[in-house]
Parts: sequence; structure tokens; C-alpha cells
Amino acid sequence: MGMMKLFRIRGGVHPQGRKSLSADQPIRDVPLPDLLHVPLQQHAGQPAEAVVKKGDLVLKGQVIAVGQGRISAPVHAPTSGTVVGLGRYTAPHPSGLPGRTITIRPDGKDAWADLPSPMDPFECEPGVIAKRVAESGIVGMGGAAFPSAVKLDLGRRFDLHTLIINGAECEPYLTCDDRLMREHPDEIVDGVRIMAHALGVERIVIAVEGNKPLAIRALAHASKDVSTIMIQEVPARYPMGSEKHLTQTLIGKETPARGLTAEIGVVVHNVATAMAVRDAVRFGRPLISRVVTVSGEGISNPGNFRTPIGTPVRHLIDHAGGLRGEPARLLLGGPMMGQPLADMKAPIVKGTNGILALADLPPTVAQNPCIRCASCVDACPCGLVPLEMSAAIRKEDMARATHLGLMDCIGCGSCAYVCPSSIPLVQYFNYAKGKITKQQRAEHKQMETKRLAEARTERMERVQREKREAMAQRKAAQTRTKPERSETQQDQDGEEVSA
Amino acid sequence: MSTPPPLVGGPYLKQSPSVTAIMGLVMVALAPATLYGFYQFGWPAINLFVVTVASAWLCEAGVLKLTRQPLLPAVGDGSALLTGWLLAMTLPPWAPWWVGVMGSFFAIVLAKQVFGGLGQNLFNPAMVARVILLISFPVQMTYFVAPLPLGDLGAPGFLDGLAITFGFGVSGVDAVSSASILGHIKTELGQGVSWSTAFREAFEMRGMIFGTVPGSLGETSAPLLILGGMLLLGMRIITWHIPLAMMGTIAIMAGLFNVIDPLHYPDAWVHLLSGATVLGAFFIATDLVTSPSSPLGKIVFGVGCGALAYIIRTWGGYPEGIAFAVLIMNAATPLIDRYIKPRVYGRTTNGKPLEYGGGEK
Ligand code: SF4
Ligand code: SF4
Repeated sequence: MGMMKLFRIRGGVHPQGRKSLSADQPIRDVPLPDLLHVPLQQHAGQPAEAVVKKGDLVLKGQVIAVGQGRISAPVHAPTSGTVVGLGRYTAPHPSGLPGRTITIRPDGKDAWADLPSPMDPFECEPGVIAKRVAESGIVGMGGAAFPSAVKLDLGRRFDLHTLIINGAECEPYLTCDDRLMREHPDEIVDGVRIMAHALGVERIVIAVEGNKPLAIRALAHASKDVSTIMIQEVPARYPMGSEKHLTQTLIGKETPARGLTAEIGVVVHNVATAMAVRDAVRFGRPLISRVVTVSGEGISNPGNFRTPIGTPVRHLIDHAGGLRGEPARLLLGGPMMGQPLADMKAPIVKGTNGILALADLPPTVAQNPCIRCASCVDACPCGLVPLEMSAAIRKEDMARATHLGLMDCIGCGSCAYVCPSSIPLVQYFNYAKGKITKQQRAEHKQMETKRLAEARTERMERVQREKREAMAQRKAAQTRTKPERSETQQDQDGEEVSA
Repeated sequence: MSTPPPLVGGPYLKQSPSVTAIMGLVMVALAPATLYGFYQFGWPAINLFVVTVASAWLCEAGVLKLTRQPLLPAVGDGSALLTGWLLAMTLPPWAPWWVGVMGSFFAIVLAKQVFGGLGQNLFNPAMVARVILLISFPVQMTYFVAPLPLGDLGAPGFLDGLAITFGFGVSGVDAVSSASILGHIKTELGQGVSWSTAFREAFEMRGMIFGTVPGSLGETSAPLLILGGMLLLGMRIITWHIPLAMMGTIAIMAGLFNVIDPLHYPDAWVHLLSGATVLGAFFIATDLVTSPSSPLGKIVFGVGCGALAYIIRTWGGYPEGIAFAVLIMNAATPLIDRYIKPRVYGRTTNGKPLEYGGGEK
């Protein structure tokens, strides 16, 4: 157990945990569904591109889509079977809009492909580990789904001193990380050490909220002989799991606005990611399944399930005993920052940490006007003034909202959680952020067009000017009997520039 | 008016007292001092309280009705009742009924609804009403009586109470008309008497602490008001910033001048325990709508309220300055909120991203 000095973060709230619904349910496997729908965009960055076609037979762990560009991740077949579709399918996104998806009909054999050979991580160059992680399609499994290899490569650009492993799991209801830490502490510790090696850091802090004593104990036991690892209990206070706030709690430094924690020497990875990294490095296994918490008052038998990527939500819910009546809301992720799920057809993806069926919902429209109680100001972990931002947005004054720091808002919902008038503050902020991003994109495009047009005009003008000058010089040469040498030189220089 | 923002956005879990619950809690916190006021000043105080609170609510409903706004949730949110309640606390307990009615009208109609209703008003409604009343009806507003606790011999009975408040019938009560502490000191100081002599002649410190002195209906019992204030702090309805800054400033200024010239400047205890100081610091200046939203802004606001209140009490024309001080600082609140904001995470106070130097290789 660690005994670090912890630093206080501003704001935050103490939501009811509601974790007991699923915290004592061991991780169970989910049987394969009839069809797996594996989206090509499961990560931040560019979507992957399919390298299989309809009718192809695929083996478990085989690459079915490759990453595109610097920030992307490949996708692998979660089991063996036949590719039966390659097209658009309902994505796990609030819009429910379809995204490019590979559909596989499992053959039931669950036969592995030839996997990359196991590595001894501590014998390899750090870069080799990052490469393996990239090839294994690993992304941040805490929800953000940022390609992990990119984050494991930060040691090359930044002076890093600490690897923080995020086991805070501060969202209510979610218990998948808790279960993983309790059931697989040795594997996590191994994965964490591999990551530290890849990053070239000597100091590792695994941070777990105080409401998970069993996880803390298991990790402490598993890491007792590893002097570089410290298991640190952190206060159970939302949003402790926010990367930058967790870093501040442990290190005492704020990450510069819009910057990376790496700028202050820290890289943060999630516990489940650490486990996936270990599987990839030690056994060559790509990321093809994950543990998902299925919970909420609307689920008959809440629990934690190791689920193949691409499993439809409905299949998973059926496996958890089905719905108990019509839920007020289905969510992907936790109740604070999770997204409403439009359709139970949508598949589980690499970043899905929870499926919640909530029996009742707080009001979604304002119950009273803002009474300027400033509860939101006190709750905001980012030092913003939500009441003023929302007032500006209500007047469609996006410039003022931006000036007030809208783009520094992490969307954690602490403000709306405490608002006595139930003003849907986060809805306002999402609306405005979307609008501003769109506006910026349009402006960018406009500027680009303008720049190109100006460049063109300038080029034309220069050509014209040069023609005129050349003409004038020719005239001058005709009238003069003998041009001076230096002038000729100048002519030539002029010629060179326009060439 | 407003654009429909809804899209999506959590959280899907929520926990906070509703607006009505907040108003209710403030009333609970006010209850001990109010009940004590009833006990001290008897039936006339009870009548005045009921009339004031009821008319505040009726004014709210009336305005909504006249302007064709929906009655709900506004009339159910408890804010009008609370405004009436706070106003009643600051009135002389034997004031006639129409003082309460007019006060409620000023508070609800002029100070609140004209600005657009709950959350929109710039000035504290109860204080607006108190100041208008004080200026318009100085006689009624400075007519204080020595306490005649309920049930005491000579205290007004129920019918006497009606007679005093509503002016019909004849009350057989001989009230000892009296000035409030601060009023008395001010008058005597004007006649060359030292404050402590004036104070000692008329009151006892103990009486002042326990509220057995003439004064406004709900302002005289400092311990019960502090108890209520503690409840608000404990329930996180208010934060410590304004009460502490305001009372601290009053205490420091009073202490300082008292050291410089002990004959003319009452000491800090007199200022802290008399008049509207405690009620003002915990219940009036902390009004959510009309005080700044950032912690530092609240401190600035509290210091301003305390300093102005002391200045007005000491050198101004009125013995009591809390209401004026709060109103002046209310006017400054938009300015305070504009210039004093919390520091944004990861940025300097100027809004620039933090820089540590080094970092990137
Ligand atoms: S959602 Fe944004 S404004 Fe609200 S508390 Fe979180 S960071 Fe602050
Ligand atoms: S919490 Fe709600 S009511 Fe209170 S100031 Fe913020 S937005 Fe207004």
C-alpha cells in the first residue's frame, strides 16, 4: 500500500456508488452470439480499413481491418467464422447512425489464427513493445479508446517520470475494472511493468478509489516484490478517474490546458489496458474481447461479462437475465458520462465498459430557472462557471461561452449533478461544443479557400509584373548602347526568382 | 427567448436538493429565531409576520396571473414565502399591518418580478423593501418596543395584538416605546454622551446576546440566528465566505476605531450582536441570487458589506446600515462576477495555459 502525499482537486461530487449491484459477481464468459458486428471505428482517430471481403473465412485473432494514419488501430476477428457482411451497421453511438462494420458468423470452433510469437518484454527495445501493442489493436479501455501504442511511445518525445495506472473507476455502477483487479492482479502487475519498460519510466503508481478495498489488497499482494510499483488509494470522489485530475491528485501538478499529462512527465493508462498489453506481448493475443459491466435497476441479474467485441448489446443483456421491465434509459458507459443507447442491436466495442439499464431518470428539462446558487461553480473540477456558460449558450453567444472556457469543460456532469433547478447544463455544453467545432471547421475551410485564392491572385500579379518589367528592360536595352554589367546581373537575378 | 439545446448529455444520475427544498431549509434555519421573536414581542409580531408572508405570496401569484405566466412552478417554489419571511424579520414587531403588506409589494413586485422573477433580480428583494419602507415611513419603521414576552403580565393578548397590528379596537397595553440599541447609541453620541454610558444605561450585554432587547422582529437573538446559520453551512446551502468576511470586517473595523477612540466608537461586540449583523451575514447577504458566484468574489462581497455597514452605522445618517450595504454590494455583484472567476484548470489566472518549462524533449 502506498503512503503518498495526495493533493486535493477542486470541486467534484460524491455520487452514490450503486456498485454493489454487480461488484460481487465474478467475471463470466459470454457464449458467442449468432452474429458478431465488428465496427471499423472503435477508437479515437481514423477508422480502420477492411482487408477481408464477404465470404472470407477468418480465424480468431486474424487481422480483418488495418489502421489508417498515425492515430488509428487495427481490428481483429473475435472468433473464427465467415465474413457475411461488410457494410454499414448500427454503431454504439447516441445517434444510432450506422458505421462501417464487418459482420462475422462464428463457426463455433473458436479456432485461433497464427499469432505473433510471444516476446520477453524486458529483453526488447521499448519501441518493439509499442509496435506489438499497435499491431494488437489495443486502445484505452477506460472509455476514451485512444490508441494505446501512441501513448506508449510518448517516452520518445517527453521526459517522463511516472506511469499512473488508472483503477479509479469513479463512475457509479461500473465494476469491470474492480473485478479485473480482484481476479487478475498478477496479470495486471505484469502488464504494468511491461508498459513502464516501454515508456522507460521507473516509477509506477496504481491508483484505486478507496471504495474498492479488495482490489487494493489484491494488487498490493501481487506487487509486494516489485519495488517500482506503488498501490495508492485515492478518495472516492467523482471525477477522480479523469486522467488529468488523477494525475493532479497524485503528483500535485495541473496539466497545462489543452495539453497532455506527458508535458508534466506522466502517462496514464487504464488497468484493463494493462492486462490487454500483457496478453499481446506475452502471448501475441490481440484485443478481441473485454470485460463489460451489465447493471442498473432495470437488469435482472447484473454482472461482469468477458464479451467478444462485436457482440450485440441485446445478446449481452439476455445473458444477464434480460431486462426487468421497460428501462427508462439504456446507457453505454456510466451514468455520469455515458451515452444513451439508441438501439440494442448495437455491438460492444473496445471502449465499452458498461451497459446500464436505468429504471428511473432525473428530470431532463429545467425544473426552475437558475437561482444563481453557485453549486455548479463549486462542483466544477475545471474551475469553470457553468451558470454563465449556459446563460451565454442560451443566448447563442458562442463567443462568450468560449471566452468563459467552454472548450476546457471535460463534460463530467458534476455541475448538472448538483443543480437544484435541474438545468441540463451538459446538454447546453454539448450543443455549443458541437456548434463551435462545426463553425471552426467551416472557418478553417473558408480560410484555406481564401489563402489559395490569394496565392493564385498573387502569382498572376507577379507574372504580369514580371512581363511588364521584362518588356521595360528590353526597351531600355534597345535605347542604351551598352548596358552596364551590374544591371545585367540584376536582370538575371530577377529571372531566377520568377523561374 | 431561449433556444432548444437538448441533444444529449448526462448525467443520468442526480442528487441535489430542489429549489423548493433549499427555500424550505432556509425557513427551517430561520424558525428558531422567528419563534423567539414571537415569544418576545407577542401577538402583534405574530400578526405582522402572517400578514407579511401571506401578502408576499399573494403578490407573487397576482403578478404571475396579471402577466399571464404559469403559476407553477413559481408559486410553489417557496421563494416568495421566504422573501416575505425575511422581510418580516427586519420589521419593527409592532408595526401596523400595512407596513408588512406594502413591504411585500415592494419586495415581490418591484424588486423581483419587474426584473424577471426568480433568479433574475439584481437586488435583494427583502432589503429593497426594507429601505423603501424606512425612507417612506421613518416613524413606523423606527418605533421599537421593549420586549413583553407572551404570557407575561402586561403583554398584549390576542385581541390586543389585533388592535395593535390592525388598528381597530383599543389595546389596553402600555408599551414602553424604545429605540433600538444602535439607534439609542447614535442619539446619545450626538448629545455628547459616550457610547458605553449610553449603552450601559439602557441595555445589558446579556440582554443583547439573548435578544431581550428592543429591536426588529427577528434580529435580536444572535445565538439562535447563528444556530440557523450553522445549519445552512452544514447543509451546504451557503458557504462560509460571506458570513465570515462580513462579520470579520465589521469586527476588525469596530475594534480598530474602538482602540483609537474608545469613547466614541462602540466595541466590536456591540456591532456584531446588535441590529441586523447576524441575520444579515447569514441570511441576507448570502442570498443566492444576488451574491457573487465564485468563492473569492464572495469574500470581496462580504468584506464590502461589512465595511459599508460599519461606515453607514458610524458616520452615516442612519443608525443601521446593513440593508444599504447589502444593496450597494448587490449592485456591484455583476462587476465582481465579471472580474473574479475561479482559475480554470490548467491555466494561469490570466487564462494562459500553464507552463512548466522543459517537458518536451
Ligand atoms: S461538465 Fe464541464 S462545466 Fe460541468 S462540472 Fe464538468 S467540467 Fe465543469
Ligand atoms: S447549480 Fe443550477 S441553479 Fe445553481 S447556479 Fe448553477 S445553474 Fe444556476
